[in-house]
Amino acid sequence: MKCRKCGKKAVINMRQHKLALCAEHFPLWMVEQTQRFIEKYRMFTPADRVLVAVSGGKDSLSLWDILWQLGYAADGVYIALGIDGGIGYSQKSQQSCEKFAAQRNLKLIVVDAPQQIGLTIPELAAITQRGKNKPCSVCGLAKRHILDQIAREGKYDVLATGHNLDDEAAVLFGNTLNWNVGYLYRQSPVLPARHAGLVRKVKPLCRFYEREMAAYALVRGIDYIYEECPHAVGSTTIYYKTLLNQLEVDRPGAKLSFYLAFLQAKEKGLFAQPPVNGEEEVGAAGEHLRTCPSCGGPTTVEGLCAFCRMVEKVKVG
Amino acid sequence: MDTVKIVLRNQEYEVKSGLTLRDALAKLGINRESVLATREGELITDDEILRPGETIRLVAVISGG
Repeated sequence: MKCRKCGKKAVINMRQHKLALCAEHFPLWMVEQTQRFIEKYRMFTPADRVLVAVSGGKDSLSLWDILWQLGYAADGVYIALGIDGGIGYSQKSQQSCEKFAAQRNLKLIVVDAPQQIGLTIPELAAITQRGKNKPCSVCGLAKRHILDQIAREGKYDVLATGHNLDDEAAVLFGNTLNWNVGYLYRQSPVLPARHAGLVRKVKPLCRFYEREMAAYALVRGIDYIYEECPHAVGSTTIYYKTLLNQLEVDRPGAKLSFYLAFLQAKEKGLFAQPPVNGEEEVGAAGEHLRTCPSCGGPTTVEGLCAFCRMVEKVKVG
Repeated sequence: MDTVKIVLRNQEYEVKSGLTLRDALAKLGINRESVLATREGELITDDEILRPGETIRLVAVISGG
């Protein structure tokens, strides 16, 4: 198969675009397309300070690489979660991020969650019993809290994550199966800051297939962690992604169409905005957002936010 | 040797040479949208004909963490 641009040997065939590109033109195309999406969805400008959430995986490091090439002022933040899983998962992923940042002379903020909280994420999950014996629920809560806090304290204008099309399609699929209308309404390449304690959140890779992200990382020689989080095995997300890939084999472009048509339908008003109670700062279901007296982040309840309540419970314990 | 070794994670498979990568993956029940294939460290597209005695390494692309 030949590269559409130059006729040399292609390294990837993107059937959804009917486009095959070589090792030279593929990464260039990825960078161009990312810039196109940043502008299309008004994610951020060159004047904005961007904080990239990096995990050591192919998506977040590729995102950071692309933003670096585009000349954006982008720092990275890595959260050490204390997950070992017999493979030194957190240690390896931190090393990938540090190596990446050092090679490009980029600023990487490392947050040691166990040090901050006093427990690793799996230990915290075991004690709080939040999330049916899997640490994923606690992990998500902790990561969101810490990322918001770092972005807020560092006065960043926007927080960028490496969510790709497969991630978005899987979430969309799950929310559609269960008709989680509030979440469907909120799903977007850009999440505006709905509270003083939040920054705008963006997903510049939301239209790239996971396969493209892996190919980009390989072609660019990015040393990412190949192993999956040991707690992700058997997850619903992976199950949905597998199902959608089965569809994609038979119907090239199905995943992309599913997501893009959803965004278009939302724009046309398919999903009604959840009722707003008149306050400016509202949550996904229209609930009033208050401020946590401990961390200054948003909360839908009176008093401490979910994260601070969880940490408090463990300390009192 | 008329066979080709295909490696995905720690699993090794053997197929006949002369097949396209696409056909080999289909035969093995590996979804081509879920993997990338490399030959001597270089990415290859799935129309490539598999050569006798070679090893193709697959990279799983799905993540969930």
